[in-house]
Parts: sequence; C-alpha cells; structure tokens
Amino acid sequence: MAVTTTYAASALPAPDGRPDKRMTEDDVVARLSDGMTIGIGGWGSRRKPMSLVRAIARSELTDLTIVCYGGPEVGILSALGKLRRAVYGFVSLDSIPLEPHFRQARQQGTIEVTELDEGAFYLGLLAAAHRVPFYPTRAGLGSDMMLMNPDLATVTSPYPDADGVHEELVAIPAFQLDASLIHMNRADAAGNGQFLGPDLYFDDLFAKAAAATYLSCEKVVPTGDLLAEGSLHTLKIPRLFVDGVVQAPRGAHFTECPPDYGRDEAFQRAYAATAKDPDAWRTFVERWLEAPSHEAYLDRLAAERGDDRG
Amino acid sequence: MADQTGPATRDEICAVAIAEAFRGDGEVLCNPIGTTPIIGGRLARATFEPAMVMTDAISVLAANPLTVGDDDAERLVEAWMPYRDVFDVVWSGRRHVVMGASQIDAHGNQNLAAIGDWRRPKAQLLGLRGAPGNLVNHATTYWVPNHSTRSFVPSVDVVSGPGYDRVAPLSAAIRDGHEIRRVVSNLAVLDFEAPDGGADDGPRRMRLRSVHPGVTVDEVVEATGFELVVPDEVPESRLPTDEELHLIREVLDPHGYRKAEFGG
Repeated sequence: MAVTTTYAASALPAPDGRPDKRMTEDDVVARLSDGMTIGIGGWGSRRKPMSLVRAIARSELTDLTIVCYGGPEVGILSALGKLRRAVYGFVSLDSIPLEPHFRQARQQGTIEVTELDEGAFYLGLLAAAHRVPFYPTRAGLGSDMMLMNPDLATVTSPYPDADGVHEELVAIPAFQLDASLIHMNRADAAGNGQFLGPDLYFDDLFAKAAAATYLSCEKVVPTGDLLAEGSLHTLKIPRLFVDGVVQAPRGAHFTECPPDYGRDEAFQRAYAATAKDPDAWRTFVERWLEAPSHEAYLDRLAAERGDDRG
Repeated sequence: MADQTGPATRDEICAVAIAEAFRGDGEVLCNPIGTTPIIGGRLARATFEPAMVMTDAISVLAANPLTVGDDDAERLVEAWMPYRDVFDVVWSGRRHVVMGASQIDAHGNQNLAAIGDWRRPKAQLLGLRGAPGNLVNHATTYWVPNHSTRSFVPSVDVVSGPGYDRVAPLSAAIRDGHEIRRVVSNLAVLDFEAPDGGADDGPRRMRLRSVHPGVTVDEVVEATGFELVVPDEVPESRLPTDEELHLIREVLDPHGYRKAEFGG
C-alpha cells in the first residue's frame, strides 16, 4: 500500500529546549579573529552575505583568508587591506565580468591568491564537508593551475583502468575553514535555513565545511512557517551546521537575492567605478562600509533613494 | 534596432560557423558563453541538432528557443540545472562548451587568465574559470571576435585551457575527452583536423578550415602570430540559409545584440 505524505506549513508549536541562535552582525564579528580562513557563500554578485561582509569591513579584523566563488566581498575586503589571501574559482560581479577592485589588487600585487578551476573549487569544499583530506579530479592537469599552485599535489589511482594503467589525478585539498558566512532567504531562530531562489550554489557545503557557520537571512520565521513559501526541497541548511542566525532584510544588497529582490545594478556600477577613483572610493567607504550597523546602512539607502526602506 | 534585412553579414556568418561546430553532437549540453556563441548554439538546436539541451544561462534547461537579452522570456523548463549540476555534467563528458580566448596558440592552448606574469599580471583577465576542467573532460570550441597577432600568438602567457601538446602526455581518459572542435574568429574558421584526418607527426596544430566570405587566406595568415596549417584549397565559410537568417534576425536576436562584437 503506497503512502502519500505531503509536507506543509504547520501551526504546531516548536518544542522547548531547541537552541535560539539569533545574534547581530557585530556578534558574528566578535567570534572571528585575525588570521582566520573564512568561507563566504553565494556566487559572484548573487546572494552574498553583504551585511556580514560590511561588519567585517568596519571591524579591526585583518590578515584574513577568504574562500569563495568570489564577488564584491573579495574586492571590498582587499581594497580595505583586510585580506592576506583569496582562494577562489573566479571573482566576478556577473553583469561586470571581472571584479574591478580585485583586478587592482592582482595588478598591484596586494593580495596572495589561490586560483582554482571552478569545479575543482567545489571539490575543496566537498572534501572539507566530508572530512577527507582531498578529492581527486582531472581538472588542472595540462593547464597552468598546477604551476600557479605549487602546493597542489597529484595522486595515483590505486585502481587500474581498462588498459592496466594507474591514472594520475589532481588531489584537491579540503579547505580548512574556521568559519563560513552565508545568506539565506528565510531561516528559523534555531538555524534552519531556506533558499527560495533558483540556485542554492554551494552554501550547504560552506556550512558543512566550516568549524562554525553564521547564517544571515532576509527574515527569521517560525519553524512552522518554513514551508509556507517554498517546497521541502528548499530546506537545504539544517541547524546542525549553523551556529548563528542574523536577521538582515536586504542583507545581500547590492547583490541579488531572488525572489526577494534583484541586483541593484546602479549601485553596483557606482561601486565598480570607485576602483578607478580614489576619492569616490573614500566616499563609498565612509558612506556605505562605515555605516555603523545594517540598520544604518538601510536608512542611508532609503535616504539616497528618497523613498521608503526596502 | 539593427538592420535586419539584406544579405547575410559577418556576424551572422560567424553565428552559423559556431552552430556548425555542434553538428553531430546529439544529446549533449550545448553550453556557449557570450552573445554570438549563444546565438550559434541556439541556432544549431533550432535547426539540425534538436536533441541538444541548453541552459537559460541561469539555472534551468529550457527546451524552447530563447531570445538573447530577454531575461523574462517564457521558458519551457525541462530540468533544473543549478551550477553544481553543471559541474557534474562537465565531468560526465556530455557537454560542448564555447569559450572566448584572449590568447590562443598553434596547439590550441587558451589564455583567459592574465596578460604578463600571473604572479602580478600586467592585466588581470577573467581567470582560469572552468577552462582547466572543461578541456580535459569534453569538447570545446573557441570564439575569438578579434583575430590578430595579439590574440593568435606563438605562446600564451597563461594556459587556462590546455591544447594538444599539453594533453599528449596525460591519461587516456583525458586524451579521449579532450577535443578542440573549432576556433571561430571574425575572419575564419579553424580546426585541428590535419588533411589526412589525424596528426601524423607530433601534437595537432591549428589548420585553416575556411575563410569567411570577403576574407582572403593571406589576411588570415597575416593576422595569425604562428604558422597555420593551410591546405591547398581553402573553402569559404558557408552562408546562412534563409531559415537560419530568419531565426537569427526574428527569433534569437531581434535586437541585434550580436552586432556589438563587430563594432556595430
């Protein structure tokens, strides 16, 4: 006899005793320290935890390594001198193919980099999430990825192929992440995260790969409401892998966070233009990156637009 | 609105040349990157390669022909294809990508990464991106809209996508997966098919396959910074059919976005 189970929003109260992990951006930063390696979720200029990135930007933190499918967090933190190293599959603003502050950092030699094939980067996350030392891949063999990363080693397959040959593969090492920062559409106070857009990217792996994961979200909702806006398949971040929850409406601004909002292309263009104009960059830092809180940032954004917040 | 009447123009000939690169591919992920490549891929699927699957450049496989630049076009969704799944398809080998190449050499080594020393580049470019994995897994075609001795060079500054000389010493699985199907430029179509159908001596070298109408063999040779394999007879790249012109101009790119790569 087949059983058909449907999962839906529920008015059942959450049992007592579950953790309440709500905190502020500054609480998250207080748990980070100089020299840490931090994973940052999202993809290019898409669903980046920007309120947390700005909290790092206005903090005293320094000498950081960030690990990401890179977007503006790489440009902003490198231009502020917060980065020792960036580990990435690419650094792009999507509608602007190369992140302009990252371009400057590379051409001026101000940061160290670990540049990997985009797919190989995925395997570094996966290995960390699975607590194995590496995953093997063919990606990188024959290209200058090996030259650019002299620490990358190869491994010989213990199994012969059809011709009896033991194939040599690249061993992508597990990323050792002290913390990960991700941005979700919804979450509950216990840390269950939900994405409502078309792509989770690799945020579940960032959460599983890190020693601690801090999740910002557009809105904290009661657990019973998590299925009100998305199907079961959108609940990809179980609280097992989350240590802090920050409610940050428009927290991914100026990157996109569908279906809640698209990318603020005008803002992104203005940000990109600051890479060639030191005065404009100083103004950008003062106005946007040194806003004392996410609330203050949203107020400034609303004032700039002369409209209501949101 | 671009001029959408009259005889085929160079951009349309290039789109057809890219479409031709997919001929015979069957049920693979056709994954062109860039405006002219996307038009070429969609054109191939709408005509002679209907079994191919294509993304909407966001996160689904869409079965219907989509208009370039129309982000809100209705999609006939066949499957969900978030980025993680794209990598799975790459590693499956069932993909044919079209990438750009800021530099390319005689054996097909491609540079998308940087000009100068990668440690501190004179010009940072897009990076390695997915090229290292693409080339060792599945077919690749390159689109170079500015054929010159600056793009077709004796030696690339950084190897993003390895060419035939670089993969020759690698595993059988890699050599089986590696194929640079075509290099389509604004002047010509190039490939790595020696006249006898195989490399007789050393790794495969780039061959002039056809010149676009109005371009001479000498022009291509002069715009190439290494010695091309030039057959005795070099045909002209074929013209679009009436159906293809209709599809390009009315369905796939009615706003003429492809003209931008041709100074239009």
